[in-house]
Amino acid sequence: MSLVFVIPGPLRELAGNRAEVRVKGSAESASKALSLLWAECPGVRDRVVTEIGEVRPHVNIFIDGESIRFTGGLQSPVRDGAEIVILPALSGG
Amino acid sequence: MPATRDVKPRNGDVLLLVGTMKGAFIFRSDERRKSWDAGGPYFPGSAVYAMAYDGRAGRHRVWAAPHSMHWGGVLRSSDDFGKSWTNPESAPIKFPESAGVALNQIWQIAPGRETEGDTLYCGVEPAALFVSRDAGETWSLNEGLWNHPQRERWVPGGGGMCLHTILLDPRSLDRMRIAVSTAGMYVTEDGGETWRPSNKGVRADFLPEKYPEFGQCVHKVVQSKVNPDRMFLQNHWGLYRSDDSGEKWKDVAKGVPSDFGFAMAIHPEDPDCAWIVPLESDGFRCTPEGKLRVYRTQNAGKSWDAMTKGLPQKDAYETVLRDALANDPLDPAGVYFGTRNGKLFGSSDEGKKWSQLADGLPAVVSVKAVAISLPRKR
Repeated sequence: MSLVFVIPGPLRELAGNRAEVRVKGSAESASKALSLLWAECPGVRDRVVTEIGEVRPHVNIFIDGESIRFTGGLQSPVRDGAEIVILPALSGG
Repeated sequence: MPATRDVKPRNGDVLLLVGTMKGAFIFRSDERRKSWDAGGPYFPGSAVYAMAYDGRAGRHRVWAAPHSMHWGGVLRSSDDFGKSWTNPESAPIKFPESAGVALNQIWQIAPGRETEGDTLYCGVEPAALFVSRDAGETWSLNEGLWNHPQRERWVPGGGGMCLHTILLDPRSLDRMRIAVSTAGMYVTEDGGETWRPSNKGVRADFLPEKYPEFGQCVHKVVQSKVNPDRMFLQNHWGLYRSDDSGEKWKDVAKGVPSDFGFAMAIHPEDPDCAWIVPLESDGFRCTPEGKLRVYRTQNAGKSWDAMTKGLPQKDAYETVLRDALANDPLDPAGVYFGTRNGKLFGSSDEGKKWSQLADGLPAVVSVKAVAISLPRKR
């Protein structure tokens, strides 16, 4: 069992210059899945979530193509083998 | 991403650390300050409200606090004047879980006194003070200020509820002052354990009580290095001087076109000399009459003179923010400021004549001027 995380360009330096990070294990929620990513790539954590554990307001996380904003946030369910994509939101410049 | 250039400073050079809404720049000149070359942009796309230079203990370290709208803010440093920057895995400055809030912005980076060579301070939003005792490796929240009983009545100003000013008394490691918009000034005399407001005489036009104990919207405070009792304060309406280290404030807004403004700098040797850039009003935060004028006092605020030579005096609707005016420590002192329209101006003769050093920068939010390992001649 594994999960695949797709890392956005600005954070790849903090993920060993990888565009994809595959982690072994399964998780019942987005929160637990992200914990597996933090263990593999600790530098990504503070860029994606704040110190109180909330996803930064201009960061989007998609699980199998669906934004977690619409599926329960960090409690969104995660299937075995899911692809989790982290992307900057359409903001900034 | 844009191509980045670097500067190659030498001892005695003057550097301008320029933070903008879309990245940071480093300008370099020799001590004549006649021609400048530019490094950057560093952190393109990120707002850089705070930069600092730490030349203590043999360091040549530039600090910057880039804040990405997407990925948050991380304190970063460079020991080679911008060629390379740290990119720490864990954000060095963050609130403890017990605080229940997240860092929004780093507004000020202040290296400690010469006698505390590994100490640095940061002022942040939401309003709080962080301190490092190991040259910036690790940081901790100042709990005395964070837990101040008046904090729940502090409110955000237009820029957010930020701790933007840190003044370290060179005579005492235990005494320092900070300023928060909108809370006013606070002072500690026990190294940060306890804090008390210090706003006597400072007006709060936006409150029913015009002279409250705290709650003023202090925009900037500067302190003389040679006479630390002397301070000037630019308020949200109001221009003040203190002769007793900030305990009492006297209105000195005579001869200025407006007592509204943000930016302020004080002479490195003369405690009677300071510079400001008045803005028309809080409703129209631009230079009055479309004239870009720096005002200077040389008599502790008894009078102020417009310094305009070389500055546009027609259709110049500029805004100079609270940290975007600075002076270097040379003799005569250089004075520099950046505008929200992306212009950078400098004077190598204390404001008598100005030159435009850059145009077309992103909106400038901070300017720091430093000299590299220079001995003063006086």
